[in-house]
Amino acid sequence: MRSHALPLTNLVRKPGRTAALALLTAFLALAVFGGSVVVLSLRGGLRSLEARLGADIILVPSEAQSKVSFQNMFLQGTTGAFYMDRSVLDRALEVEGVERAAPQTFLASLKADCCSIRIQVIGIDPSLDFTVQPWISHSLSREMGDMDVAVGCRVEADVGEIIRIYEQRCKVVARLEPTGTGLDTAVYCNMNTMNTLLRAAEEKGVSHRIESGDSVISAVYIKVRDGYDIGAVNSTLNGRIRKVTAVRTRSMITGVSDSLAGISRTVTILIAAVWLLAFIILLLAYGMIIRERTREFAVLRLVGASRGKLSGLVLTESALCGLLGGLLGTGLAALLLFPFAPLIESALKMPYLMPDAGTVLLLAAGTVVLSAAVASLASAASAVRLSRVDPGTALREEN
Amino acid sequence: MSLLEIRDVSKIYGELKALDRVSLHVDQGEWVAIMGPSGSGKSTMMNIIGCMDKPTSGEVLLDGVDISRESSRRLTDIRRDKIGLIFQQFHMVSYLTAVENVMVSQYYHSMPDEEEALEALGRVGLRERARHLPSQLSGGEQQRVCVARALINHPELILADEPTGNLDEANENIVLDLFAQLHREGTTLIVVTHDPEVADAAQRTIVLEHGRVAREVINEHFGA
Repeated sequence: MRSHALPLTNLVRKPGRTAALALLTAFLALAVFGGSVVVLSLRGGLRSLEARLGADIILVPSEAQSKVSFQNMFLQGTTGAFYMDRSVLDRALEVEGVERAAPQTFLASLKADCCSIRIQVIGIDPSLDFTVQPWISHSLSREMGDMDVAVGCRVEADVGEIIRIYEQRCKVVARLEPTGTGLDTAVYCNMNTMNTLLRAAEEKGVSHRIESGDSVISAVYIKVRDGYDIGAVNSTLNGRIRKVTAVRTRSMITGVSDSLAGISRTVTILIAAVWLLAFIILLLAYGMIIRERTREFAVLRLVGASRGKLSGLVLTESALCGLLGGLLGTGLAALLLFPFAPLIESALKMPYLMPDAGTVLLLAAGTVVLSAAVASLASAASAVRLSRVDPGTALREEN
Repeated sequence: MSLLEIRDVSKIYGELKALDRVSLHVDQGEWVAIMGPSGSGKSTMMNIIGCMDKPTSGEVLLDGVDISRESSRRLTDIRRDKIGLIFQQFHMVSYLTAVENVMVSQYYHSMPDEEEALEALGRVGLRERARHLPSQLSGGEQQRVCVARALINHPELILADEPTGNLDEANENIVLDLFAQLHREGTTLIVVTHDPEVADAAQRTIVLEHGRVAREVINEHFGA
């Protein structure tokens, strides 16, 4: 037996008690680590959404709002399509205060023989685009060629693979980094590819109400020039361009942001409640256990353990137990959170982007240390009370 | 030469005088029994000598140090360094094996030494039971482990409270033989007992009644 082995020996040889205490702490760690990862993922998702939308205003056909909730297309990856004439782009550029405008065209593939997978296809104009292109350039150093596609991280297709969309063979040239939004389930191509796909879709009898051949687009992303009021530019666009609705991206994000604040508040309250409950239970548990072990501690006092050594023994035992519980709880939370992230995202209906590995590791380490500290704190009062017990009296009372 | 000198010691709990101006001395290497009926002050005396309690008044000199005036921390040090305690109940740490229960005493004294702990267990005839937990040992065996634990740091004084109170005759004889052996080696023994046979094994018996020394009896047949 080495000098540090006494607390460890007790934990190992009293497995039931150790397991019960570790499980209590594991519950605490699960709530802290799990809750924190969920809140951070939601915040990450919102930041990513803001970055990926990258525009101040989005122009969509007026019918889009009644036909499909286009916000859901961005946030949850719902497939859908609506079209307007490309001339909307030129008219938008004429509005004072518009610095940049980039078109996008949407097409939903079918769950049928003609298509490998059901996805949202988004056509971009690389020469004008300022929202998707910077993101694509992280994964693809060259420009996308005709019939090349870049796929979101949650599309089941690998680089080099050929996917069929309305019988057209498209080559996957890049797999994009996760954004935690519906954009992760989309496929991106240039406008030539999109026009080919639109024609193929028409041939398949999928009506897209295309009235002017290759000149249809679904949305125009607008960046407002510095010094101009975004609200004022938005109103001008709504007034000047008929049958088109200008939507401020901030208003889309505000909804998400409000929901996120609500979820964060709920998760924080839940974590606090679990903490309080677990701490009270730990406090009571340590109190009971240490009372039950009074004789053992009295014996140790009689063979020469000072009050400080005895308190140290109790605190070390509880810290080790807390450490074990912290590791268990954090591990369990990781097992639940990471493989099931897509399920959590769809359940929350919110952008959800996991923090990077460094942040997760830091959070996990912090949770484990915190668990050990909380367990020690819960046993501290009992340790102090115990150290004041007179060993002779304690042994006589036991007799 | 006195190892223990008790001068005019009283211990008062409220209205009750557990010890009333008791004075006695125990020489180095002596084997003394303290006898008396229940409530005579035996346990109070044992707690004061064992540095587990302090007198209300009077002096208790252990190896020249007045332990009635020392701090709790210092008393812990003195108890650890100079005294080996044995109780009627077999106070062992339930999750430690016999040898570990002996080593725990070394741990708080100096450095755990398993070989030395095994030797101490061998001395009480339990070397082969060294890896057993207390629940796997008989009462007599547990008490012998407690004796081994009390001996391991070579204390100047062995203080035993009814050490044979829960033992059968065979184990009682083993423990008393061990005490006799320790006495021969020069260890001072104070044994609190109500058993005349155990008291008869000592050199001298001090009888307490109502918190006072009623009489002292020298065992003229000691060592015979």
